[in-house]
Amino acid sequence: MNRFERQVILNGLGIEGQSKLRSSSVLVIGAGGLGSPILLYLAAAGVGKIGVVDGDRVALSNLNRQVLFGEKDLGKNKAENAVRYFQEKYSDIQWEVFPEMIRNDNAEELISAYDLIIDGTDNFPTRYLVNDACVLLEKPLVFGAIYQHEGQVSVFNHGPSACTYRDLYPQMPAATEIPNCAETGVLGVLPGIIGNLMALEAIKVIAGYGKPLVNRVLFFNSLTSQSYEVEILPNPGAREAMPQSMASFMITDYELACEGIKQLTWAEAMRKMNSEVAFVDVREPGELPPLECTGLVKIPLSQLENHLDRLEDSEEVLFFCQSGIRSQKAAQQLQQVYPEKRIYSIRGGINALKS
Amino acid sequence: MSNLIHIKAFGMVAEKIGKESLSLENPGTTEALKNLLFQNYPELRSLKFTLAVNKKLTPGDIELEEGMEIALLPPFSGG
Repeated sequence: MNRFERQVILNGLGIEGQSKLRSSSVLVIGAGGLGSPILLYLAAAGVGKIGVVDGDRVALSNLNRQVLFGEKDLGKNKAENAVRYFQEKYSDIQWEVFPEMIRNDNAEELISAYDLIIDGTDNFPTRYLVNDACVLLEKPLVFGAIYQHEGQVSVFNHGPSACTYRDLYPQMPAATEIPNCAETGVLGVLPGIIGNLMALEAIKVIAGYGKPLVNRVLFFNSLTSQSYEVEILPNPGAREAMPQSMASFMITDYELACEGIKQLTWAEAMRKMNSEVAFVDVREPGELPPLECTGLVKIPLSQLENHLDRLEDSEEVLFFCQSGIRSQKAAQQLQQVYPEKRIYSIRGGINALKS
Repeated sequence: MSNLIHIKAFGMVAEKIGKESLSLENPGTTEALKNLLFQNYPELRSLKFTLAVNKKLTPGDIELEEGMEIALLPPFSGG
């Protein structure tokens, strides 16, 4: 007799499914309202290795839904606290704790070490960042999100032809476009239900059990108790819009991308080049190599706000810098003043041109 | 002769429209439907949402037929 007996005798899961769970590793990003039930049920089901990523601390207002935590945990890091709780509960799981937020510079190290990734984070820039990293590193991604009384769940990138978050939502919403739980409120049961559905999908993917929500997204409304399922189809344009390599991923600012700052490769930029388009180098004087060509405008980023009028007449503006980071900031600055212009940042900057 | 299509709205889109479902005279295509909705509910313009026709995502403009169900699906970010 072991603690998994009741699920091992289950038709379809069996000893084989249990041993797949045992030998699998899952990274849970976000140990909050969704992460709490996800972790509770993955640990109970016997997933062999679980990593928990969260840089946030427990606050009093979290306790109506983040059921892993109690009053004595206030102010403590969520990932550390969650793992401590489970270590006392079960002796047969290997835990890894990452008391930090997922970012461009730690995503590869965190994600590549796991078989399956679960996104229980709470903002759009992070959701696109996690999706893109999973696509580039070829990891299946269990996705879930909530808004007021509704939730959505899907499994992305499971298999070579499977759809991703960008096929479902090709247009990146601004971080502030949709109010969060702090602004609109949330009943704890909703992330409880959605988090449980996510844990269920994860177990199905790992154990090869049932039919995971691949190329499908499930909507659930807690007020009407109705669900709605939609088939997702590949969106070629959306796939081209994401970074095509980890190097390109590393220098993508997801906050700015969600604010509508679009990036182009040099090849795409070259195709746009004509006399109507402003082509702007925002590097400071003296950065090497200098680039000289007809029609090139040089405005260092530090001077941009004083020289925005030089770009006033161009409907389309292409910014570049040394590595492609400052040009995203320049694009955002100009976009705020001229929302109607088509503004792009060239991915990877001069460094990408050299290679 | 009536030529109605049926709209199902989710999340913020339902909030802006003020209801979760409604039936409309068929405007012909998904693009025409979007324009009609933007005209009737200008606040929708600032939202990004995906359209599903008969429970299937529709990249691009497609023709609508009588009785079709069109879901307006905004992204959620909360967790």
